[in-house]
Amino acid sequence: MPEVLMNGNSAIAEAAIRAGCQCYFGYPITPQNELSEYMALNLSRRKGCSFVQAESELAAINMVYGASAAGVRVMTSSSSPGISLKQEGISYLAANELPCVIVNMSRGGPGLGSISAAQSDYFQATRGGGHGDYRTIVLAPSSVPELAEFTHRAFDLADKYLVPVMILGDGMLGQMMEPVAFHHEAPEVFSVRSRSLRGAKGRPSRIFKTFTSKPAELEELNWSLFRRYQLIQKEETTSEAFLTDDARLIIVAFGIAARIARGAIKTVRAEGLKVGMLRPITLWPFPTEAVKEAAKKTKQFLVFEMNMGQMVDDVKLALEGKGKVSFYGRPGGVIPTPSEVARVISRIYVQEGLT
Amino acid sequence: MKKVYTRPKSLKPAVFHYCPGCGHSIVHRLIAEVIDELGIQEKVVGVPPPGCSVFAYHYFDVDMLESAHGRGAAVATGMKRANPDCIVFTYQGDGDLAAIGTAETVHAANRGERITAIFINNAVYGMTGGQMAPTTLLEQKTTTTPYGRDLKVEGYPIRMSEIIALTRGAVYVERTAVNSPANIRKTKKAIKKAFQTQIDGLGFALVEVLSPCPTNWKMTPRESWQWIDDVMSKEFPLGLIKDETGNKNAG
Amino acid sequence: MLVKTIFAGFGGQGVLSMGLNLAQAAMMEGKHVTYLPAYGAEVRGGTANCTVAISDEEIASPVASSPEFVVVMNAPSLVRFQNQVDAGGVLFVNSSLIDIEILRRDIEIVNVPANAIAEKVGSARSANMVMLGAFTRKSRLVSIASIVDGLKTALKGKTKLVAINEEALMAGYNLF
Repeated sequence: MPEVLMNGNSAIAEAAIRAGCQCYFGYPITPQNELSEYMALNLSRRKGCSFVQAESELAAINMVYGASAAGVRVMTSSSSPGISLKQEGISYLAANELPCVIVNMSRGGPGLGSISAAQSDYFQATRGGGHGDYRTIVLAPSSVPELAEFTHRAFDLADKYLVPVMILGDGMLGQMMEPVAFHHEAPEVFSVRSRSLRGAKGRPSRIFKTFTSKPAELEELNWSLFRRYQLIQKEETTSEAFLTDDARLIIVAFGIAARIARGAIKTVRAEGLKVGMLRPITLWPFPTEAVKEAAKKTKQFLVFEMNMGQMVDDVKLALEGKGKVSFYGRPGGVIPTPSEVARVISRIYVQEGLT
Repeated sequence: MKKVYTRPKSLKPAVFHYCPGCGHSIVHRLIAEVIDELGIQEKVVGVPPPGCSVFAYHYFDVDMLESAHGRGAAVATGMKRANPDCIVFTYQGDGDLAAIGTAETVHAANRGERITAIFINNAVYGMTGGQMAPTTLLEQKTTTTPYGRDLKVEGYPIRMSEIIALTRGAVYVERTAVNSPANIRKTKKAIKKAFQTQIDGLGFALVEVLSPCPTNWKMTPRESWQWIDDVMSKEFPLGLIKDETGNKNAG
Repeated sequence: MLVKTIFAGFGGQGVLSMGLNLAQAAMMEGKHVTYLPAYGAEVRGGTANCTVAISDEEIASPVASSPEFVVVMNAPSLVRFQNQVDAGGVLFVNSSLIDIEILRRDIEIVNVPANAIAEKVGSARSANMVMLGAFTRKSRLVSIASIVDGLKTALKGKTKLVAINEEALMAGYNLF
């Protein structure tokens, strides 16, 4: 298929349909409405598919929970305040080992905040977000083509590990248009996961539940979840290195911030500054090993985020004291420019005596 | 010798954990009998709530999916939308369906979701220890209304079935009780009709069952049966509230 | 070479479709391109704007703090955006609707009586296409053929509408 010009929200929706997503449940919130609208237009009338505009994000995520238990590929999307509401359901999905894809086109917070792009949901996304001891895989795309590609990957990972997978984008990625090509055709027939509840036909009845009066049973569930999380850490951690080989200063940035940083690095490289970037693609699992590897080349790191430094913790934990971490960030939905970031890089480069 | 009474196929051979005189065991059995009679055991998925009936999945021999408090109608919606061939019922208490899950219930009903809701109204939060429910009667004492429910402070008990009946997607709503053999028979008939409504693809069906909770009401089982007749059913009148199934004699 | 353009005006002037047409044409020419509309509450008051970034290489940010080109279709947009134009940049002004003296001397001002020309070619609503034609000629970001092709893609099957828009487009293009 040739490239088409499409906004990020619509690209996710189209990719989801092509990935065999059968159900979508959502509630309007800016800046992700194009995703729901695309599903209403293009998914709702497909054979075997269902679209519901739910009465709340709570209802939407619980519809996801029901549909996932029925064994189909299912998705919901929202933006920061709505994702807070979904946390209850995400915890239940994780607990009952039910796969799904959750999209957060995040915006400025806290509270009602702003509708401008922000990255201040990093903690919420990477620490599980809801109650209980669990994690979700978090993918951080930085372009419209990546949104489409990662949507496929999200569904595959969710099914492979029976976990909820979150795509953490932002308002700008959702709203901006870029050329994108889709490499899969939507399936004509859908497959149903065997671990599902569809009526006990030809087999004993099944229960999906966690509640128990025996703590040891729940402990066993937690152990089993964490063994799976360890496997995910081992198999699925991804990051991208950009000009790190000779770098004296390494920027760590994700999502749209990584893209802005890339522009800034090109600028300072032209002035002879040896700066590179490590971009986590999976925010959980965090690319700890890649950070450690980078620390063999330089001890100077600059974390750049559109928040107050939430990823700094993970970088410091990965370094275990074997590197110096500076931070630059703009919270609240302010979008830094590449030239602004270039100035910050130059200043730190000089201050740290890297010239 | 001919067997005239036996355990329904859709109930597992397990002993109910419910208190003596509790209505849950009766309603469980009625649902299981109805599932058997309609021959839908292989298609049914049940959605039990947190609350006293959280362990309902240990008793029903059908597929069961745990739900978060109040979200049963949304969970059932997702389940049914993903697999329209299955028969989905929610089993919800008064706190679940009429307080924390009001929005999910009203909107599932209004959309006419093809699901069946069994609503156990016992006018208290049972499992958490007898706190005030949205359906607690005026002047009724609970652990959070120790001086009795005060109209000026806590407002009126909510008549959820009447509210649901106002939504145009709800096609069958009936209030019954399980405090006498006659009422138990009527309850079974209503539950059967509510399942049939779903099988026929007509819309949302709800059966509210006034159910005794002797433990939290601090009564004997016999007193609690009497209290439903004398007090509770005055606030929550028994009978058909809405029937647009066009199928008056079903069940 | 990275060039950013902001199109601004009030809702209904076709400001977003100008940007979209340009982005579509740039994509067809194999360039890197991003298109970012203003969204949400900001556009509910009746104003609209979008930013198009076109480059030979990957685009770092779709946001333009100091765009090379700015196209303003009404007076409030001129007030809002005139100071953002990069020194040496070009400001395209819809002189049919804007009668404000522009004080900046470090940028080039291109006056296009878009509404007047649109009316002359018989379609008052295609002032945006007149402006896009003039912009295409002056900016040389993409060829006019690509713009026309993009238009045909966007208005697939609506041959009459394509003809009207194309006429307006060429009227603007042939101004200079």
